[in-house]
Amino acid sequence: MERQAYNNLTVASAPHLVTSLDTTRTMGYVLLALVPSFLVSTYVFGWKVILLTAVCVIASVGFEYLYNVIAHKRQTVQDLSAAVTGVLIAFNVPSSLPVWMAVVGCFVAIVIVKQLYGGLGKNVANPTIVARIVLFVSFATQMTSWPLPITVKVADATTGPTPLGILAEGSVKDLPSNMEMFLGFIGGSLGEVSAIALIIGGVFLIAKKIILPHTPIAFIGTVFVIALVYYGFSGDGNALQMAVFHICAGGVMLGAFFMATDYVTTPIMPKGKIVFGIGCGIITMAIRLWGAYPEGVSFSILLMNIMTPLIDNFFIKRNVVGGVKKNAKK
Amino acid sequence: MSSNAKHLHSIDAGHFKNTSKCQTEVMPIPDIVKISMSQHIGAPCKPLVAKGDTVKVGQKIGDTDAFVSAPIHSSVSGTVKAIETQRSAVGGNDTLVVIETDKKQELSEDIKVPEVSDLAGFVHAIRESGLVGLGGASFPTHIKFNPKNMDEVDTLIVNAAECEPFITSDHRLMLEDTQDIIDGMILVMKYLNLSKGFIGIEDNKPDAIAKLDEMLKARGHDNIKTFPLPARYPKGAERVMIYEITGKHMAAGVLPAALGVILSNVTSIAFVGQYFRNGIPLVNKRMTVDGDAVTTPKNVLAPIGTIIADVMEFCGGYKNPPKKILMGGPMMGRAIFSDQMPIVKNNNAILAFSKKKAVIPEETACINCGRCHEACPFGLIPTALADAYEARDAEKLQDLEVMQCMECGSCSFVCPARRPLGFMNKLGKGVVKEAGL
Repeated sequence: MERQAYNNLTVASAPHLVTSLDTTRTMGYVLLALVPSFLVSTYVFGWKVILLTAVCVIASVGFEYLYNVIAHKRQTVQDLSAAVTGVLIAFNVPSSLPVWMAVVGCFVAIVIVKQLYGGLGKNVANPTIVARIVLFVSFATQMTSWPLPITVKVADATTGPTPLGILAEGSVKDLPSNMEMFLGFIGGSLGEVSAIALIIGGVFLIAKKIILPHTPIAFIGTVFVIALVYYGFSGDGNALQMAVFHICAGGVMLGAFFMATDYVTTPIMPKGKIVFGIGCGIITMAIRLWGAYPEGVSFSILLMNIMTPLIDNFFIKRNVVGGVKKNAKK
Repeated sequence: MSSNAKHLHSIDAGHFKNTSKCQTEVMPIPDIVKISMSQHIGAPCKPLVAKGDTVKVGQKIGDTDAFVSAPIHSSVSGTVKAIETQRSAVGGNDTLVVIETDKKQELSEDIKVPEVSDLAGFVHAIRESGLVGLGGASFPTHIKFNPKNMDEVDTLIVNAAECEPFITSDHRLMLEDTQDIIDGMILVMKYLNLSKGFIGIEDNKPDAIAKLDEMLKARGHDNIKTFPLPARYPKGAERVMIYEITGKHMAAGVLPAALGVILSNVTSIAFVGQYFRNGIPLVNKRMTVDGDAVTTPKNVLAPIGTIIADVMEFCGGYKNPPKKILMGGPMMGRAIFSDQMPIVKNNNAILAFSKKKAVIPEETACINCGRCHEACPFGLIPTALADAYEARDAEKLQDLEVMQCMECGSCSFVCPARRPLGFMNKLGKGVVKEAGL
């Protein structure tokens, strides 16, 4: 009985099965979750949304590709994280932003914030957030010229203030209705306008277990509660209405679901995520209510990014379900 | 019986129970068997036979005086052709008794139904049967059945979860040899003086649960209950199952007896029932043969010592050239380097995969997603443990309780960056031990 013996089989450590949900697929889900927002934005602001998003994705992926080639590093563009960064950069700027400025933002995000720190998984700050802030301080005029949404017809005007801009001027009565805010027919960065579209995307990510609900709930909840308390005491308008306004306005929804949940730059442990979310909420509201800028979401996330190692250090410690030492002595 | 309100974390590793409808087939006696002298945790046995000896089925051919060990019996009748040494799957050397079979399967004169009247006699009989934990750990059962604090132990838990993907041999056992399981439980509970019995079983085997319930009811054993568990990995891990059934947390290094429990695999328990009926020691093993390299996946009852290649031939041979062969399931099973290795006592599956399924996924950077922590039944933080391992930081590893890891592999399974987190924990334990912490 002659038969072939197989003596050279692959040996490897267990487990011999792995989930299909790898980094690429994870990022793919994030891209899918951004689609509703993209569609609403395209409706509200027109074709420039498509142009800007496409440019940002191509630029981000391109910079990452080139960096890896030049630095002789393993190619990582296939993990789609650069594509996600690209979409999010587009979502964080006005649709009228000159394309070359957006490309500068992509360079900052991918090359300076991400790759120079060691690439995906090693960066300290959220690349998109830093890109937004760099663009904001470098091109202040272009970054604060907000195209009017399609639903607002004003003779001779093409740009107008965002709801938070109106609020910063102190005119509560000129604010858009909460329903307009919720649907997204307002001025603002192109991906942040529609609360409902962002919530759909966020709930999708939570349902698919891509993100935990801790950060978004803590972030949005904190903004809501602070607004409720502040307007309850100050008496400027209806407190509940203003609390809803604040969670729908500006970047809270986009930030809470898509940027404060960035794995790399936020705490690992669920309790840390709650602290992170609350911190973002507090800083956001502090800037909105008392700061010089009308909006504070990006600064809040950046500051909490910097806090992340401290939060992780605090929560990553002996952590065993049931407590070990007690019955180990037995 | 309802489960505890709180479950330990678990994962959906898929089931792949392709062979759950495959009635166990008894394999014909092969021409040659190679019986390993090291089929249990503890000291290997020394061969009691020499080249040229004739042996019969059930004859003791290996034993030792060491406390942690179990004797080994011939699974065939025939002539000892050689005592040889072969590299084992873990890298050491195994002594193998090579027997040329005469296919007559004559039973040894030593075989007799054990007659026992007390715990000491029961434990002795279990030792002589060669029984070890057949769920995979292969810890000698006679030691497990004789804990120091016997008066504090009142519960027998039979582990019938079979949470490893692909494997259905326990499932088939429960359908085909239901009575052996209940007989075995009654015996263990009688001699160990245990008042309660549970059969922990994943709820993806409703037919087995129904059959056990029916027989328990018919025989009036109302102190034994089946305990359905969610069909998720790793509900069949000892510490997980004890928590799910009793609500008590068991730390690594603690024996179940400290929590008042004796836990044994369903196949081991069924063997006890069978042994006290016919007196034949542990010489055969039921196993699932599956994987994309196998022509006809089956459940097979094979003599211990059968060469894996012979088992494969009984299953129609290889459909595709095998590139990875596992002893055990895909989550905790061991990849072996050759199909010329023999079946041992605790083999509950042989899985053969083609080149396509043997690819080791490329590791990428950790993205801090925290899924490993979410997956860990004990709430460990594998990503932080892996960092501590890579820094060879024994103190940090100890702080993060690396010793509590049971190497179930759930963290490695869910890792989107394909980091071998479970394996790094295994290595991390070595770092801690080396540092003497």
